[in-house]
Amino acid sequence: MACKFCGPKLSLVGVVLSVWGIIQLTLMGVFYAIKSVALLEDLPLGGGHADINEFIGEVETGYTQNSHNCWIAALLYVITLVISGHQFWLNNRSSVSM
Amino acid sequence: MGAMFRSEEMALCQLFIQPEAAYTSVSELGEAGTVQFRDLNAEVNAFQRKFVNEVRRCDEMERKLRYIEAEVHKDKVPVPPVKDMPRAPNPREIIDLEAHLEKTENEILELSHNAINLKQNYLELTELRHVLEKTEAFFAAQEEIGMDSLTKSLIADETGQQAATRGRLGFVAGVVQRERVPAFERMLWRISRGNVFLRRAELDKPLEDPNTGNEIYKTVFVAFFQGEQLKSRIKKVCSGFHASLYPCPPSNTERQDMVKGVRTRLEDLNMVLNQTRDHRQRVLVSVAKELASWSIMVRKMKAIYHTLNLFNMDVTKKCLIGECWVPTADLPNVQKALADGSNACGSSIPSFLNCIETDEVPPTFNRTNRFTRGFQNLIDAYGVASYRECNPALYTTITFPFLFAVMFGDLGHGCIMALFGAWMVIKEVSLSAKKSNNEIWNIFFAGRYIILLMGCFSMYTGLVYNDIFSKSMNIFGSSWFVPYDDYTLEHSKAFSLDPKASYIDTPYFIGIDPIWQTAENKIIFLNSYKMKLSIIFGVLHMIFGVCMSVVNYNFFKRRYSIILEFLPQVIFLCLLFLYMVFMMFFKWVAYSTLSEDPAYRQGCAPSVLILFINMMLFSSTEPEDDCKEFMFEGQGTIQRVFVLVALCCIPVMLLGKPLYLLSAKKKHVKPEQSNGNVNQGIELQEQTDISEVQPKPQAKSSGGHDHDDEPFSEIMIHQGIHTIEYVLSTISHTASYLRLWALSLAHAELSEVLWNMVLTFGLKDHNYIGAIKLYVAFFFWAFFTLAILVMMEGLSAFLHTLRLHWVEFMSKFYAGLGYIFQPFCFKTILEQEDEE
Repeated sequence: MACKFCGPKLSLVGVVLSVWGIIQLTLMGVFYAIKSVALLEDLPLGGGHADINEFIGEVETGYTQNSHNCWIAALLYVITLVISGHQFWLNNRSSVSM
Repeated sequence: MGAMFRSEEMALCQLFIQPEAAYTSVSELGEAGTVQFRDLNAEVNAFQRKFVNEVRRCDEMERKLRYIEAEVHKDKVPVPPVKDMPRAPNPREIIDLEAHLEKTENEILELSHNAINLKQNYLELTELRHVLEKTEAFFAAQEEIGMDSLTKSLIADETGQQAATRGRLGFVAGVVQRERVPAFERMLWRISRGNVFLRRAELDKPLEDPNTGNEIYKTVFVAFFQGEQLKSRIKKVCSGFHASLYPCPPSNTERQDMVKGVRTRLEDLNMVLNQTRDHRQRVLVSVAKELASWSIMVRKMKAIYHTLNLFNMDVTKKCLIGECWVPTADLPNVQKALADGSNACGSSIPSFLNCIETDEVPPTFNRTNRFTRGFQNLIDAYGVASYRECNPALYTTITFPFLFAVMFGDLGHGCIMALFGAWMVIKEVSLSAKKSNNEIWNIFFAGRYIILLMGCFSMYTGLVYNDIFSKSMNIFGSSWFVPYDDYTLEHSKAFSLDPKASYIDTPYFIGIDPIWQTAENKIIFLNSYKMKLSIIFGVLHMIFGVCMSVVNYNFFKRRYSIILEFLPQVIFLCLLFLYMVFMMFFKWVAYSTLSEDPAYRQGCAPSVLILFINMMLFSSTEPEDDCKEFMFEGQGTIQRVFVLVALCCIPVMLLGKPLYLLSAKKKHVKPEQSNGNVNQGIELQEQTDISEVQPKPQAKSSGGHDHDDEPFSEIMIHQGIHTIEYVLSTISHTASYLRLWALSLAHAELSEVLWNMVLTFGLKDHNYIGAIKLYVAFFFWAFFTLAILVMMEGLSAFLHTLRLHWVEFMSKFYAGLGYIFQPFCFKTILEQEDEE
């Protein structure tokens, strides 16, 4: 298999962080998708809207954009989890077999 | 039950043990770990005690064990840990163990010695081989050159005597350390006035020094000279530089034979060295298996003999007497241990236990389990409770995590803390088996239940503050709505939501309404709310503390203190500060924007602080139009009455107790009998049922004892100090509880800043590049959340909660003048020695 490039501690940190990232980013994606008001201030918005409907339209595109971004980031953390988990398993296996 | 309510009742007991059964009985007591022995031979030197020879034996065995351990570690043989703790060895086993240790030590010493000798030989032979091999080159070169410059000038006519001249040119060959070569050369040059010719060759591989095991680089040299005098001088120089000389035969054939011989001898030596190494390995491996168990047995033995040294020998020399503190509830266990000890050594006469009365203050013992131990340690760190005083640790199990949570309230951070605590608790068996040297980890692990509770309570307060990683959740539907139409919304910058128009009259189910996170005046609103909350919790906590003193007064039979100390204290606290709490609640309830009476609308609500200050200073402020100065009818009169009554409490606090004690002393003119004396009785009283054990040592707390003998001036001064301290502390400690507000505000603001400055880096993009930025931003946000918000804020809130408990709560009732019960227990002794 591929050699390990992380020690046991770094791979453990990676695993924990990835799990947290997956859970939190997935939930944030869900909350953006259901257009929760709490996340209204964290949207990509420009200034100067002509009327309220344009504003609402921009808000809605912002919500969908951010929810997609959150889910993609969660996916990236899934990949990180796989890599860290593999490193962690390699480290554990080599220390047990010693 | 009621184990944690106050510390356990202790009894001072005398043990009468037969000398034969002494060792086994003390061994049983050590395994049980329920008694604390007192030193009856305090004046005696350590070398004059009874069992000093046995202690010496143990020390000798420990020394041998240490030596064997060092050898085992040197060869990196793994030492398996013990599976179950062995008991202290009985006398027969001790003799066996001693013999075994001696044999093993001698064996290992001999093996080491032999190994050194063999290595020395090996080194010499190796050096000889190197010398022979390297000097090949020298002699070959010499023969070619023919030494014309040396010989021809001296012996010009003897041209045919090349062999003779060559014979007259002597040489010495040897090996010297590489660092010394330049000095060596220079020295040879000087003593021979340049008539010595030195050839050298460095050895590539280093050689191992047999004594130290270090690797040294050496150089082979051959020194050519003429004449015997030079030879002796050269030899002296060589010995001065610790160069080893080897006899090198001049002729080629002899050298070849020698090389062959040396090679075979080297191979033989190698074989012997390997065999020695294998033997040593075998011996060490077989010893290593038993090493941990022997070490524990010897340590237990030593502990037992040290304890036996605390005993006294009876006048008739027929039994040993020891004194110990035993928790009354554990007396049957001690009986059983003594019986077991007697049976184990087959003694016919049983050992006795006799409880005696004493005036001394017993040690404080709180029986804790793994959950309560952490909280008990927090309280003991401030001061060990006086004997049989009320134990605040019982209430700390809930008030501590709760006050922490008020300062830390965030659902997300609480969740992280609770998960960490839960992991430690679930895995506690395997984690406690791993003995770690990391101080910080040990502290966290010892407080795992505290951390778990703090996390859970923080999740609850996070729900109430409606704060998860600085965002609010809308679970039950907000009770506010926007009443404006689109036109107003498009053409104005800021809006205010008046509850008359925007509130649906039913409050949010639990916690702060999520609408507040969008409000500009969120902090102003939360400040008012959290400050009032802090004062309310603080006053209630302090009243609880003052009420605890009643329990203590009642138990220690100082009922006069209830009327003369507790009553004025609690009246003072309640009339002033509980009244302030009442004003807060009244203000919350009475004033509303929906009220018909204009004096009870929101603009007219008076400041509770201003009302309180005016109450204390007997002044007043002019209210605004349509508003009233007071919140209800007759408040002015009530306030004046309260202040006057509270002021009257102060002289009662100051003079009540001293005057009472003065009059009480006058009534008891006759001197008080002392309550029993320590019975150093040599008579062997029959020890029957424990239930018949006559009076337990009187639980005279130090306070009560002092006041009987103290002069009036001392009592007056003490009381003066206590009164001033109490009165001032009511105001200062109440204000001190405002840290509950301050820290929760700081936590919320830090959390919000972290989200806005770090995580939004990835949330403000119009296209999918935001996902990558979010991936990176989340990593940094998570790292700072853990480092700053969980760790730093957590430690800070922990510290402030601890201070609130130690100072604001416990100063109202706690004496904390006891000493802790330290039983003779093998487990604690072994753990302490492991840590060292």
